[in-house]
Amino acid sequence: MAERILDVKNLKIDFHTYAGEVKAIRDVSFHLDKGETLAIVGESGSGKSVTTKSLMGLLANNAEVTGGSIMFHDQDILKKSEKEMQNIRGKDIAMIFQDPMTSLDPTMRIGQQIAEPLIKHKHVDKKKAWAQALELMKLVGITDAEERIKNYPHQFSGGQRQRIVIAIALVCYPEILIADEPTTALDVTIQAQILELMKELQEKIETSIIFITHDLGVVAGMADRVAVMYAGQIVEYGTVDEIFFNPQHPYTWGLLNSMPTLSSTKLEAIPGTPPDLLDPPKGDPFVARNPYAMKIDAEQRPPFFKVSETHYAATWLLHPDAPKVTPPDEIIRRRQTFKDIMAHRAI
Amino acid sequence: MSEKRKKILEVKHLKQYFNVGKADEVRAVDDVTFDVYEGETFGLVGESGSGKTTTGRSIIHLYEPTDGSILFEGRDISKLKTKAEFLKFRREMQMIFQDPYASLNPRMKIKDIVAEGIDIHHLAKNDAERSKLVEDLLETVGLNRDHSSRYPHEFSGGQRQRIGIARALAVKPKFIIADEPISALDVSIQAQVVNLLKDLQREHGLTYLFIAHDLSMVKYISDRIGVMHYGKLLEVGTADEIYAHPLHAYTASLISAVPVPDPEYERNRKQLPYDASAEQDHPDNPRKLREIVPGHFVRCTEDEVATYRKKAEEYKQQA
Repeated sequence: MAERILDVKNLKIDFHTYAGEVKAIRDVSFHLDKGETLAIVGESGSGKSVTTKSLMGLLANNAEVTGGSIMFHDQDILKKSEKEMQNIRGKDIAMIFQDPMTSLDPTMRIGQQIAEPLIKHKHVDKKKAWAQALELMKLVGITDAEERIKNYPHQFSGGQRQRIVIAIALVCYPEILIADEPTTALDVTIQAQILELMKELQEKIETSIIFITHDLGVVAGMADRVAVMYAGQIVEYGTVDEIFFNPQHPYTWGLLNSMPTLSSTKLEAIPGTPPDLLDPPKGDPFVARNPYAMKIDAEQRPPFFKVSETHYAATWLLHPDAPKVTPPDEIIRRRQTFKDIMAHRAI
Repeated sequence: MSEKRKKILEVKHLKQYFNVGKADEVRAVDDVTFDVYEGETFGLVGESGSGKTTTGRSIIHLYEPTDGSILFEGRDISKLKTKAEFLKFRREMQMIFQDPYASLNPRMKIKDIVAEGIDIHHLAKNDAERSKLVEDLLETVGLNRDHSSRYPHEFSGGQRQRIGIARALAVKPKFIIADEPISALDVSIQAQVVNLLKDLQREHGLTYLFIAHDLSMVKYISDRIGVMHYGKLLEVGTADEIYAHPLHAYTASLISAVPVPDPEYERNRKQLPYDASAEQDHPDNPRKLREIVPGHFVRCTEDEVATYRKKAEEYKQQA
């Protein structure tokens, strides 16, 4: 069995705002094994970015962790002081942000920016650090690296900047790389290159990736496992094949159904909007938008029902007493593919 | 589809250069020609910097074209002279913007945002009629009638985009330019807005120019698609043709880069490379849009037509 390097249990985070307590993360648990890529998908406001910020100790001042634990190996990140976090951030857990235009320091040469974590964390001397920065620039595919190491961020295109951000994140060979919408600001052809690069580097330096995105297409290509978040909770998690081809939660159905594939002729939108987390629903958070909702969905939060060893979904539809429902056509089509894949693998 | 459909918009050899004659001259749109037929959705796709947004802005006459002409219902929009002519043009062509946060004035109430066009064009006789028009519009785009006295910050991104759509519809336009109208929205909300745009098109007989970089959504909403790259229009065809049988290497490369929510597909995906340097222009052998098969155009030289025809033939045999 793979080594477990991160274990998040029953995490709860509130934000204090003028309007009241926003319950942004409501009892979230997940884990990350060595070498794997876990994708967390969800809409804006679902809590995916807040979750990862808590892993980095980067929560805003008005945020409060009201419960749970984040075990990184055998230490609880939530119990670390800011000083201790500074030794973990960028060294053991590194992050790639969405916007390559704002995540680099415009007044620093990029060589300096790539070398900085080495000098700070690994106490490498400046000359050696720059030499390693140069190696890494070549590795992430910046041409004429010898020349360009002295350039400033504005001298690079968006795609090149994101390559540099990746170089900075990977320079200390972190055990966990958190990528928060790393390609959302990029064009599709550039996005494809960056994703390819991330996969290559992951193999080379054996890092684990937590990939935050709203783009299910990107998830399908990158993830080993997927967690679907909605209104501050994980509603379903499983392997990438289980989530895309055998989804169980009506929200996952809705997401897959509202994405155009290159062959789709009809889009089924999810009606309505996500709930207000100032006053979150007490049952299944998706109840108000769920065409399959039952009475119990409004009253009681569903527990996780086991679908397979790796696949769990929090929906009352999986309760043995629940009525049998027919999922949308697109989901039925996907389940057929799932059967085919499983049959093929069994051979 | 018959070839007798009425052309509502004709873009002819449009050139939109910036900083003309200076060292930093930018040829944002360079000799682009296409037609849009009444009642259809024409999708314009391309990456950032391809000139798709500039094309849209030139069409609604936010820029004076460097060269070429834009005909809306047969009239050259650069030759509109009187204020009345301009008003009429502006009423018939409206725009929906990308950023629903930046495109609504935060200090105006929804009813005043939506009614701005109604006021300018004197479409309401009195306050009561104005309110009714606004409330009807809000209902049309799926908002609550009594939202009209609220301010933009009270709405989510998807709701704001609906307000932007209501504002565009207020003057009963014929033609709407939607510049990346959904790229700032969440997946589940994107489908809502796209479906709304489709419904409105059917009910009001609207024509859309839909500008976007999200190819899968463009394919879904568009009847025909034009692919832009570096200011040039490289390929035009029906949405199905462009996706199933892309002829230009850039189009094929662009489509191959689109992530698909299907892990099986993704595991087998091969991204096709594209080398723009292979397309150098020679004055004696000009590249322009040439019809390869009926309704499907590719920007190429005279000699390349045969190669593309062969490719189109191969696609046909595969099918």
